[in-house]
Amino acid sequence: MFVSNDVSTTGTMQERHIVQPRDAQHPIVLSTEELHVFYGKKEAIYEGDLQFARNQITALIGPSGSGKSTYLRSLNRMNDRIATVTGRIMYRGVDINQPDIDVYEMRRRVGMVFQRPNPFAKSIYDNIAFALRLRGTTDKHELDEIVETSLKQAALWNQVKDDLNKSALALSGGQAQRLCIARAIAVKPDILLLDEPASALDPVSTSQLEDTLLELKKQYTIIIVTHNMQQAGRISEYTAFFNQGRVLEYDTTSHIFTNPQVQITSDYVSGNFG
Amino acid sequence: MKTTQQLEKQLKRHSKAAKLEIWGKVVSFSALLLIVAVVVGIIGFVASKGIATFTSNHVNLWDFLTEKKWNPGITDANGKPEVGALPMIVGSFLITILSAIVATPFAIGTAVFMNEISPNKGAKILQPVTELLVGIPSVVYGFIGLSVVVPATRAIFGGSGFGVLSGTCVLFVMILPTVTSMSVDALRSVPRYYREASLALGATQWQTIYKVVLRAATPGLMTAVVFGMARAFGEALAVQMVIGNAALMPGSLVDPAATLTSVLTTGIGNTVMGSLQNNALWSLALVLLLMSLVFNLIIRLIGRKGRLQ
Amino acid sequence: MNSKTQNKIAIGTLYGVAGLVVLILLALLGYILVSGLPQLSWHFLTAPAKAFLKGGGVGVQLYNSFYLLILAMLISFPIALGAAIYLYEYARDNWVTTTIRTAIEILSSLPSVVVGLFGFLFFVVKLRLGFSILSGAFALTFFNLPLLTRSIEDSLRTIDLSQREGGLALGLSRWETITRVILPAAVPSILTGVILSAGRVFGEAAALIYTAGQSAPALDFTDWNPFNISSPLNPMRPAETLAVHIWKINSEGIMPDAKAISSGSSAVLVLAILIFNFAARYLGKRLYKRLTSA
Ligand SMILES: Nc1ncnc2c1ncn2[C@@H]1O[C@H](COP(=O)(O)OP(=O)(O)O)[C@@H](O)[C@H]1O
Ligand SMILES: [Mg+2]
Repeated sequence: MFVSNDVSTTGTMQERHIVQPRDAQHPIVLSTEELHVFYGKKEAIYEGDLQFARNQITALIGPSGSGKSTYLRSLNRMNDRIATVTGRIMYRGVDINQPDIDVYEMRRRVGMVFQRPNPFAKSIYDNIAFALRLRGTTDKHELDEIVETSLKQAALWNQVKDDLNKSALALSGGQAQRLCIARAIAVKPDILLLDEPASALDPVSTSQLEDTLLELKKQYTIIIVTHNMQQAGRISEYTAFFNQGRVLEYDTTSHIFTNPQVQITSDYVSGNFG
Repeated sequence: MKTTQQLEKQLKRHSKAAKLEIWGKVVSFSALLLIVAVVVGIIGFVASKGIATFTSNHVNLWDFLTEKKWNPGITDANGKPEVGALPMIVGSFLITILSAIVATPFAIGTAVFMNEISPNKGAKILQPVTELLVGIPSVVYGFIGLSVVVPATRAIFGGSGFGVLSGTCVLFVMILPTVTSMSVDALRSVPRYYREASLALGATQWQTIYKVVLRAATPGLMTAVVFGMARAFGEALAVQMVIGNAALMPGSLVDPAATLTSVLTTGIGNTVMGSLQNNALWSLALVLLLMSLVFNLIIRLIGRKGRLQ
Repeated sequence: MNSKTQNKIAIGTLYGVAGLVVLILLALLGYILVSGLPQLSWHFLTAPAKAFLKGGGVGVQLYNSFYLLILAMLISFPIALGAAIYLYEYARDNWVTTTIRTAIEILSSLPSVVVGLFGFLFFVVKLRLGFSILSGAFALTFFNLPLLTRSIEDSLRTIDLSQREGGLALGLSRWETITRVILPAAVPSILTGVILSAGRVFGEAAALIYTAGQSAPALDFTDWNPFNISSPLNPMRPAETLAVHIWKINSEGIMPDAKAISSGSSAVLVLAILIFNFAARYLGKRLYKRLTSA
């Protein structure tokens, strides 16, 4: 499973290959610098510094246990009470990993969708509206409008528009996940983090979800963890390959899939891994 | 770069959510502290009152624990007050141990039946009945003891019918549902594959139950029994109604006797605060409290040992 | 003896043991209901007690039981809820938490007579509340707190971690997530726990005999001014409950029909517990369905 260094140095292969995005039309909105994540004494992320381009989809791939979720959850500090995260997380020029950052305000800008759909035990409408109400949007018309546009953006509106008052727990897996996306974008975030959002879905729902993400890219910067390489290939502009807590390769998706520079990446994307 | 500064300011503003978070933590922690304060208060108060017998009334602790005459109002030939708590201590332990000895086989047997032999009937009949009986108030047990058990004892053994035997019977029935339902939990936590592995090796069902299931569930079963004992030891009214309340060393199981709780419930209202008679009762309460701590400790030790295995 | 025979004997014995236990338990229930139900009548449930004569009722005691129950639940629920929230949602796994948990466990294992005696010492004597509803309600609160806290904590545990993460990811504080997402979802199971604990409180006597007292002054059910001494709402009056009543008339025995009254009262207590049990299950299921169905 483990490919030792001397194998990779015998060929033209490199040990680590990182190319950060450089595209004037899609400037960097989020990046990590010298990020280290520890679970207790165990270091789960090191050498994991990436930059993310605005209005693009970046895919994080790699074998399971390589640290993709750990990295992603550090970006909006969902790991705060679980892990120790050192280093800087630069969001539009501000280090959001400082202790005096208001994480609640920050998470409204950096939203997250999880692996397992987690709709709340509320009506479909309230799933989306209640966080808005808590932050002072009480006007009924305004709420109705946000609920509708969010559901439309998440490609769920047509299916649920007559059932907005029904319990969200009665939705199917694919619908529930899209509700979670609608819920996340209703608070108008800037960046959307998704951790294997399609892993619990059937192929049809998955492909619908991918279409939705491609649509959402126009408004949001999207970072998605996926174990499905075809999916990364279909939707992302950039891909980072994680292995054992490090990013071994980061480049445009087409480079990663057609011309990987690191032996392990090559093995992984060609399916020869493990 | 102005926008960066603006953003930083926005992100460092103390938001409503952050304020609510502090508020929530403070409120919920205060509630928790209140409970802790109650515990400390109870132990502190009872201990300070209970110690007064020895500190301000100068009763010898050893005499208190070993003397057999309980008559705090009276002084003996040497001018010492008669505060020998041994009869009550013995009474409490006696009914606790006896009722546990009787209840344990019944409770564990029933639990095994419910969980291993006939889970269907267990779930349909026994489970609801035990759950319901766990909730029956102890005065009801006391009343039934008084109107059924005491007359029966009187008819069979003569005498008044009040005594350790009646107390044991009442406590046996009272702790039976509790011990049973906790034993069921203990058996349930034994993984299914233990049984399958044993049966696959050709063991009979009884061998599997006896050698594998009961052995694996031992810590949980012990916890259940100790829990039942703690309940029996601390039970006041049901026991007080049937034991006869004579602060004497029980000569036989059918003689009237007394327990710590029974003397407490009958005595506290009839003594004057601060008097020796009253302090001596608080000392009994202190013994009761300490014993409940000991039971707690035993349950903890069993739990820890169970986890280490 | 070969193992097959041994197996048969053992299993047969277990059948016997279980049957015997069912018999004992059913006989117990049967006795209570058969001897008690015939006593029940509107008069019995509403009339005041008579000390030396036949034919009294338990109206005042029954009312006192409910009044104390409601007061005790009103005091203990918010405290238990707060404590459970802190323990499950906020507390970290360290020695402080362990110590606090131990303290709560100790409280739950204290004999209720000890809790009652403390209530007597502190509320009745020290705070000069006398034998009163208020003293009784506090004693019942102490008795109820540890188990209610644990039951609410268990209810919180049934709500998946992903629900909490969902709230946090929307930029909600943990407090908002708990109060707006977790608690509503946990209501069915919290309610079940609350009703079951209400059953325990309803039947408790040892904690009350020296706090709420052993006498039940007549009440004037037309006077709802809580400051009047005969008002049912007055929290400063002594209030013997149904459970205490059973104990009292059986230990003093000056009532000619003590046995009949006790039978009736026991049946009322057991029926109340039965109703609490069924209500808990039914309401819990019902609410859960409402929460999750389309
Ligand atoms: N809460 C946690 N506590 C301790 N270790 C964890 C925790 N979560 C993940 N890990 C460890 O960190 C490493 C990376 O895990 P993760 O980020 O979940 O990987 P991936 O998402 O790539 O599968 C793994 O070794 C995993 O065991
Ligand atoms: Mg993962």
